[in-house]
Amino acid sequence: MIPPIIVFFVLAAIAVAGAVSLILQRHPIHSALSLIVVMVALAGLYLLLGAEFVAAVQIIVYAGAIMVLFVFVIMLLNAGVEEQTNVSKLAGIAGIPLGVALTGFLAAAVAKSTAVASAGAHPTGTEITRGISKMLFQEFVYPFELTSFLILVAILGALVLAQREKR
Amino acid sequence: MSEFLSQHAFFVAAAVKSAILLFIVLTTLAYLTWFERKLIAHIQSRWGPHRVGPNGLLQPLADGLKLLFKEDPTPAGVDRLVYFMAPALSLALGLTSLAVIPFGPEPMRIFGYETHLGIADLNIGLLVLFAITSLGVYGIALAGWSSNSKYPLLGGLRSSAQMISYELALTLSVVGVLLMAGSFNLREIIGAQEGRFLHGILPRWNIVSGPFPQILGFLCYFVAAVAETNRAPFDLAEAESELVAGFHTEYASFKFSMFFMGEYANMITVSCLASILFFGGWLSPFPATPIWTWTHYLPSAIFAGVGIYAILDGIRYETVFGRIILPGLGTALCGLAALFAFVPAVNSYIQGPFWFLSKVFVFLFIYIWTRATLPRLRYDQLMGIGWKVLLPASLANVVLTGFFVAKWSLR
Repeated sequence: MIPPIIVFFVLAAIAVAGAVSLILQRHPIHSALSLIVVMVALAGLYLLLGAEFVAAVQIIVYAGAIMVLFVFVIMLLNAGVEEQTNVSKLAGIAGIPLGVALTGFLAAAVAKSTAVASAGAHPTGTEITRGISKMLFQEFVYPFELTSFLILVAILGALVLAQREKR
Repeated sequence: MSEFLSQHAFFVAAAVKSAILLFIVLTTLAYLTWFERKLIAHIQSRWGPHRVGPNGLLQPLADGLKLLFKEDPTPAGVDRLVYFMAPALSLALGLTSLAVIPFGPEPMRIFGYETHLGIADLNIGLLVLFAITSLGVYGIALAGWSSNSKYPLLGGLRSSAQMISYELALTLSVVGVLLMAGSFNLREIIGAQEGRFLHGILPRWNIVSGPFPQILGFLCYFVAAVAETNRAPFDLAEAESELVAGFHTEYASFKFSMFFMGEYANMITVSCLASILFFGGWLSPFPATPIWTWTHYLPSAIFAGVGIYAILDGIRYETVFGRIILPGLGTALCGLAALFAFVPAVNSYIQGPFWFLSKVFVFLFIYIWTRATLPRLRYDQLMGIGWKVLLPASLANVVLTGFFVAKWSLR
């Protein structure tokens, strides 16, 4: 069997390469495709952690639905190659130190955490799904319903804006 | 060598099974085109392909060779990477989704290694299937975009809008089945449909039984699935009367045939899933009581019938080639029939796969029948059906099934 650590690094490398390519690509469609690669790699990482349901939902919702909408909009607007502008000074001054700081914090947090992920006794298959549904519909039912209400409001807002243009 | 084999038996078995399945599926795809052309021709009172080989049986081979040797021009101004990636993506995703389909109940023993019919037996089989099919839209949308041409772009746009709309109904329509089976595993979903009810008259398939019969769910599933696979009457993405050939206008030669094969592979997946989710998969429609043991000889009877017909039809065929090939084919089928009938182990083993494949065949027939019968929808009608009919209907199915499952399990 292939040790999980190798699978992890391969998937992580694909995800990072996709993320870098997302920023560096000049054409919006290529950027969108890079983002899909990142999402599929992330789904692989979830699978590695034993979160099968989350992995499948990651692909179905993000790669299969949201990114299709992105691609659809890019195609509809016929967005062309972006112009390269000079890097803004603010990004240079504030961004680089902040980036370094974030990396440092993350590395410190990872180095500090000694807790080894408990192997074995992973809940499998339907148990995971059942756990997620219990959390969503029992423990966190109010935040969950509020979020869906928020989304509904956003949909209505979008509809109103689209309708106003028609008249 | 044998040590290597025993250590990595899982990978070796997976690779061998993939190769065999790939061979079978690609052959089936080729003959599905023959079957489709023949069936549509007969529905329209024509003969269909009958020149290449006896009864046109070698037509798929000729088509394949023709597609391979055609000139393959790349239009000017295409986005090269995406243009070449799109057909490969279509075909790869179409074939990958078949990997999670289980084809038979009993494991197969080869050299002391036990393996299931079907490549991967996953806990989240159904979700993986939907994940793969949800990615399938990229093949078509990107092909339309990267071709740098008007008609493909319109086809790609149409297909992505259509697929987003119908995916909702498709996914919601199977929730009822999931509620009744309580599992995402395709084997367990079939297992939950075992047994009979109503004094053993009806099989306990999801379409008729359970707390709430999934007739509505099945209708929603099949209509949405036909739309997802871009088949008539929902083939707006390649509507030849408006868009030349839609998303694959600028593709020629083998790249075109990759789209074609991807579409047919998707048809097979949809048919497999329909029979697994709603029609009991490999379960026989007859009861398992001793009176019904004669149904175990149905596969033999069908094979022998087709074989004898092929022999009788073949010896009177016009060409010498046909007079050799057709009776040969018939004899081979009769031989298979004899094998199924007279070797008890083989007989009991093929029952599952036989029923599964015959159900899949029925759905493929319906697919082609629909294509030959119904005219293409208008685009606004397509969107109307997706959002105003299928989505509410599948939601109602979820609510009703949930209600009945909850009521039934509380008792």
